[in-house]
Amino acid sequence: MSTTTRRTSARRHRVIGASAFVLLSLVSACDREQRRFRENPPSTSPSNVRVSALQPGTMVDTTHVAGPYDNNAWAQSEGQRLFGWYNCAGCHANGGGGMGPPLMDDQWIYGSSPENIYNTIVQGRPNGMPSFAGKIPTPQVWMLVAYVRSLSALNTTGARSSRTDHMMMYPGSSSLQDPAKPQQSFRPPASEMP
Amino acid sequence: MARCGPEASCRWGQTLTFVKRMRFVVVLGAFTIAASCTREGKPEPPREAAAAVLPAPSGPRATATLDAEDGQWAMPMKSYSGIRYSQLTEITPANAKNLVPAWTFSTSVLRGHEEPPIVVNNTMYVLTPYPNILYALDLTLPGAPKKWQYEPKPQSESQGVACCDVVNRGPSFAEGKIVFNTLDDHVVAVDANTGKEVWKTKVGDINMGETMTMAPLVVKGKVLVGNSGGEMGVRGWLKALDLASGKLLWTAYSTGPDSDVKIGSRFKAYYPKDRGKDLGETTWQGEQWKIGGGNVWGWLTYDPQTNLVYYGTANPGPWNPDQRPGDNKWTSTLFARDPDTGEAVWAYQLSPHDLHDYDGVNESLLLDVPWKGQTRKALLHPDRNGYVYLMDRMTGEILSAEPFGYITTSRRVNLTNGSLELAPDKKPEVGKVVREICPASPGTKDWQPSSFSPRTGLAYIPHQNLCEDEEGIEANYIAGTPYVGMNVRMYAGPGGHRGELTAWDPVAGRPAWKLIEKFPVWSGTLVTASDVVFYGTMDGWFKAVDARTGTPLWQYRVGSGIIGQPVTYRGPDGRQYVAVMSGVGGWAGAIVAGGLDAQDSTAALGFAAAMRDLPDATQKGGTLYVFKLP
Repeated sequence: MSTTTRRTSARRHRVIGASAFVLLSLVSACDREQRRFRENPPSTSPSNVRVSALQPGTMVDTTHVAGPYDNNAWAQSEGQRLFGWYNCAGCHANGGGGMGPPLMDDQWIYGSSPENIYNTIVQGRPNGMPSFAGKIPTPQVWMLVAYVRSLSALNTTGARSSRTDHMMMYPGSSSLQDPAKPQQSFRPPASEMP
Repeated sequence: MARCGPEASCRWGQTLTFVKRMRFVVVLGAFTIAASCTREGKPEPPREAAAAVLPAPSGPRATATLDAEDGQWAMPMKSYSGIRYSQLTEITPANAKNLVPAWTFSTSVLRGHEEPPIVVNNTMYVLTPYPNILYALDLTLPGAPKKWQYEPKPQSESQGVACCDVVNRGPSFAEGKIVFNTLDDHVVAVDANTGKEVWKTKVGDINMGETMTMAPLVVKGKVLVGNSGGEMGVRGWLKALDLASGKLLWTAYSTGPDSDVKIGSRFKAYYPKDRGKDLGETTWQGEQWKIGGGNVWGWLTYDPQTNLVYYGTANPGPWNPDQRPGDNKWTSTLFARDPDTGEAVWAYQLSPHDLHDYDGVNESLLLDVPWKGQTRKALLHPDRNGYVYLMDRMTGEILSAEPFGYITTSRRVNLTNGSLELAPDKKPEVGKVVREICPASPGTKDWQPSSFSPRTGLAYIPHQNLCEDEEGIEANYIAGTPYVGMNVRMYAGPGGHRGELTAWDPVAGRPAWKLIEKFPVWSGTLVTASDVVFYGTMDGWFKAVDARTGTPLWQYRVGSGIIGQPVTYRGPDGRQYVAVMSGVGGWAGAIVAGGLDAQDSTAALGFAAAMRDLPDATQKGGTLYVFKLP
């Protein structure tokens, strides 16, 4: 082995080392973007979920199911897509509500925990929430749960992007195609003003 | 410039020139200054309405056929002609300032009360929004105590498929029965004396997104009813049920082949654009007509002389127009039908391939109008698309179509071929935000019904002044869920105010006067033979104004915003009473009734954005108010 080769090899080692370091630090910095290549879809649905916080007498602890996607940015953006795809947005708008109640405020008629929201979507509720049992696959329901909770910042803040590909809907959000501030009223050109 | 091309500006310009003549410009100018202050975060425009004075037209004026005055109010429109005109004269412009509450009644429901109370045989019938409770109140006893109540107990799930609050637009009285629709698609007939159910017929399915909110019209022993669900991909229809038995007699769909639409040998459209075979099928792609809307949730009027029923159909579904190429007949269409058979006699599509949710369901008032030396049997239809159509009700010919608000989406209605000439740059598209669409989706005017006085020759049109931004998104059809495909956010139109009451001269085709309101005028109007107009505001003022000049006469602050239909009647004591429901809601008031969060500009299909300050101005409620002179 000639010196040149050895030197090249050493340099190569240094380069590899440096790249590995950069790569590692990038990976750790991007923890919230972590995405497993093979996802084990959550197939279980929560059981023994209480809709009421009122228990007669002594409180019995309930098993709390963590939302499997609560801190997963990719799953939340999938949830956002599915929220439109399954027409959730048709009733709840983009969180502000319409035919259905708003989801971005702090009022939760049937509970705000991941298992409560899961059950609300799957079972439906008697005052108008349809039951999606047998219509939406379990992993997708959990993605919707993660997105719905993000609307009122119940899970890791920042996991969901504040940017939108659509019309700017929220104060403080930004949209590439619609950068201006929402209008309060329309003013025609001076020539047309009454 | 599409918003104000040579033609467009002129349409609005004409109105404005006229308005200027009325010294109205001063008022508007004041509002303009105030509105520009709002943008700087300074005080909002004053909420007081301002009137411009103009003498009633001295030339030829429109009239209407009147029935003998019985002092009752037996159906929401009072008469088949739909003019909401009472010949009672005790309350006058001179004494209206003395009006006081006589009694009130709580409905125990806190959603939008769009219905009128109706009065027959010294009994008042009050129908609530979902759960559609019917109360009978005895007017002969002090304080009008309850005689009975009837509860149809609609399925609670129906609330989840009602697009725009769980409202009901009223019951109707006919042959000893009160008939009405429930939110879960039942038509009910109740014995007016006993409150016992006579029959109850299911005519729709909530699992397909169908609901019912309209007021039935009873004609010749037939109950005519239609469905709601234009935001849920529901196919629209009008059905006739036998008043005696509740049996279904016929169904006329708004879309599909001619046999379904009941277009046959008697059908004769005035304009070539509305002629052809099976247009309800061929103006759609594939089978889209089956989920294409055209619902019948608005007003029906009836002309006994010609034996024709007039009504309009709602918007096509979904809102996103790119997903339904074609004219989408017969959505946003006016129909004239024979109530005996359901056959269509003529049709006119107001907004072909509708782009902005401009339903055609608004009322058609049946008037007699002097027109170029002749008296024409006409109908007056103030449409969502911003034009007041005056049409020959025998043929469907348009006599005039003039704007009654600010329009950027179209330039004019072409009277030669009947087409609505659109402004090309206001078409909503997927992935693009189109701004300054005027009028907004609720139109220049929504369901809230107008009245007409044969004395002044003026129609009193309650309406809104809203514009919006739209962005198309792909809509998926899932039965029983919304099928809209549009992000919308609304805001006030020119001037910064959101509501107007326009006194419209049908002959001249222009307003005689206008009143400005802070919020959309979402209540109906009522006019009397002593020239008093009543209406209510969403911030809870019930108002009386002079029918000739618009001069405010009296106002009273009720518990919750008014979106109902005022009525007047003669009590058992011979005195004149005026009644109205208070209870904010409906699409415009959903932000209060549904507790919506306006941080999301698209809440309530974009309406919440324009109503952010409504929760500060009113609360939920559900109370009947009755007024009289002391």
